Amino acid sequence: MVDIRIPIGLMFSIVGLIITVFGFFTMSDSGMYAKSLGINVNLLMGALMLVFGLFLLYLAYRKKKES
Amino acid sequence: MKVDLSWIDYLIMLIYFIFVLGIGWFLRKFMKNANAFLEAGRAMPAWVAGLAFISTNLGALEVMGMTGSGMKYGMMTTHFYWIGAIPAMIFLALFMMPFYYGSKARSVPEFLKLRYDEKTRGLNAILFAVMTILASGISMYALAILMENVLGWDFNISLWISALIVLGYTYLGGLSSAIYNEVLQFFIIVIGLLPLAVLSLKDIGGWVGLKSKLAPIALSHGFAADTFTTTWKYSGHATSNPLGVEWFGILFGLGFVLSFGYWCTNFLIVQRAFAAESKTAARKVPLIGALPKMFIPFLIIVPGVIALALFNDPSKGFTLPLDASGKPIYDYTIIMLLKQYLPAGVLGLGITALLASFMSGMAGNVSAFNTVWTYDIYQSYIRPATGDEEGDGKHYLRVGRVATVFGILLSIASAYIASKFGNIMDFLQTIFSMINAPLFAVIFLGMFWKRTTGHAAFTGLLLGFIAALLHHGLTVPEGATTLVKGGWITVLHTYPVEMAQNFWTAIIAFGVSTVLTVSLSLLTRKLKSDKELKGLVYSLTPREIDDKSLPWYERPAGLAILVSVVAIVLTVIFW
Repeated sequence: MVDIRIPIGLMFSIVGLIITVFGFFTMSDSGMYAKSLGINVNLLMGALMLVFGLFLLYLAYRKKKES
Repeated sequence: MKVDLSWIDYLIMLIYFIFVLGIGWFLRKFMKNANAFLEAGRAMPAWVAGLAFISTNLGALEVMGMTGSGMKYGMMTTHFYWIGAIPAMIFLALFMMPFYYGSKARSVPEFLKLRYDEKTRGLNAILFAVMTILASGISMYALAILMENVLGWDFNISLWISALIVLGYTYLGGLSSAIYNEVLQFFIIVIGLLPLAVLSLKDIGGWVGLKSKLAPIALSHGFAADTFTTTWKYSGHATSNPLGVEWFGILFGLGFVLSFGYWCTNFLIVQRAFAAESKTAARKVPLIGALPKMFIPFLIIVPGVIALALFNDPSKGFTLPLDASGKPIYDYTIIMLLKQYLPAGVLGLGITALLASFMSGMAGNVSAFNTVWTYDIYQSYIRPATGDEEGDGKHYLRVGRVATVFGILLSIASAYIASKFGNIMDFLQTIFSMINAPLFAVIFLGMFWKRTTGHAAFTGLLLGFIAALLHHGLTVPEGATTLVKGGWITVLHTYPVEMAQNFWTAIIAFGVSTVLTVSLSLLTRKLKSDKELKGLVYSLTPREIDDKSLPWYERPAGLAILVSVVAIVLTVIFW
């Protein structure tokens, strides 16, 4: 069928990228991040999701090349 | 108490909706017959089915309920995971799955038909179908009311949109689509709730800070200082812990009867393992699911325990909405924590995680319902197979799709009934949850004792259920204000808490069912020959171990040891 890692990888990459960019542009907004104890969680979570998404896509790509 | 969402939060939700529907759309062309639609063609890799197995259990009521329970009962809530799930999952994988999968049954009711007889299947199929619809209606109602109260969304709109999205992808891609999406939803739930778990723990000063903040609260309730941060330490007496249950009730009621009843016989869960590509894969499914399952408490229970400390510290500004009688509504803990800690962006991710948990639970219900309806009710009593395999496959595919639509419509209807007559729905759900314990007794005896007969199983199932009903009608938890909680016949016994009543209801249902099934089996004639029972009963099935060539971590027994060790370590750390 379809390798499930492709849609999951794609979704995490796209959402991760959006959140990372959003985190980047809101970096100076300390009022917004007061809630999250002064941590720019968007930047961190966005990057984490992006890495995870790309990793899944890489695994799917490697599998495809094998077969 | 309203939470304001910004454009980015809605954008994340929108992308999520597009992906879940997209997965259904991509899979639609593989849905050529009923086997592909209702059983995912028995082609799922173990890890995919394993994550789906755990994800379908991680529904909205589970997430909201477990965080709320964390706040009410503290770390003892983890009993629902470490003792109340893991042993049953290991047992299912090692001892029951060979017979479930090997029997080629397409559903749990069908297994009962193969092992026993038609009437046992019919009884179970009908009770299961009703229970599934009720459960999905109730969770749909819970989600829509949460979204209305906290996000200000219209109740009807959130109900219909979330239901139609689930309908969209399960109608298009059947069980495969439900399973694929459950894997996606599993990752969303974990990632979406991760920042909450980390930030709340950091805010409270880590584990040490949490312990010191909870000590005075525990003392003011009359418990020992570390009650809320330990699990077994104060289980010697029902009165010395907030759960209100002593170790025997936890170990036997929750750890054995309730948990084995749920994990080993609930078709909604077991169906994910039935979809695996081989017998070895099917046996690995519950074990692969058990690995992340053991760590889910850190995502949903620990934040609830932290919420208890926040709630008692006015400087944190953490509040919960109150119900009509002025008591906090614990089910709202998770969303109020999201509001407390997450800024726009990750907040959208957290809300998406809640939506994802709702959808994984609901899709699980719907895909189990349409299978039981199509195979165990429609094919058995309305239109039997004609023998033309291709024609039948197409016919039952159509029936499965229609059942999917009807299943969703009935769930929506029961969500509306729940919104008007919440008590009645709670009552029905309590009653139907009583079918699991007798069902486990009957399936267990059937698999491991070849003498068990169909008449005995049917009677055990029915009377076990009735015994549970009677127990519920004759006892109440202390402070119960409505008959929904029990005592609707007369009150013979009062339990300190509702949890204790639930545990004992299950224990009695299981006990009555076991005693009756065993004694009636000895009194009735065995109608199935040993040959017919081959592959269904332990002693009549040749042992074939086909995984000797695999490395230990790919073998069910190896994985089971790994899971047990991790569970024991966690239990000891948080003793």
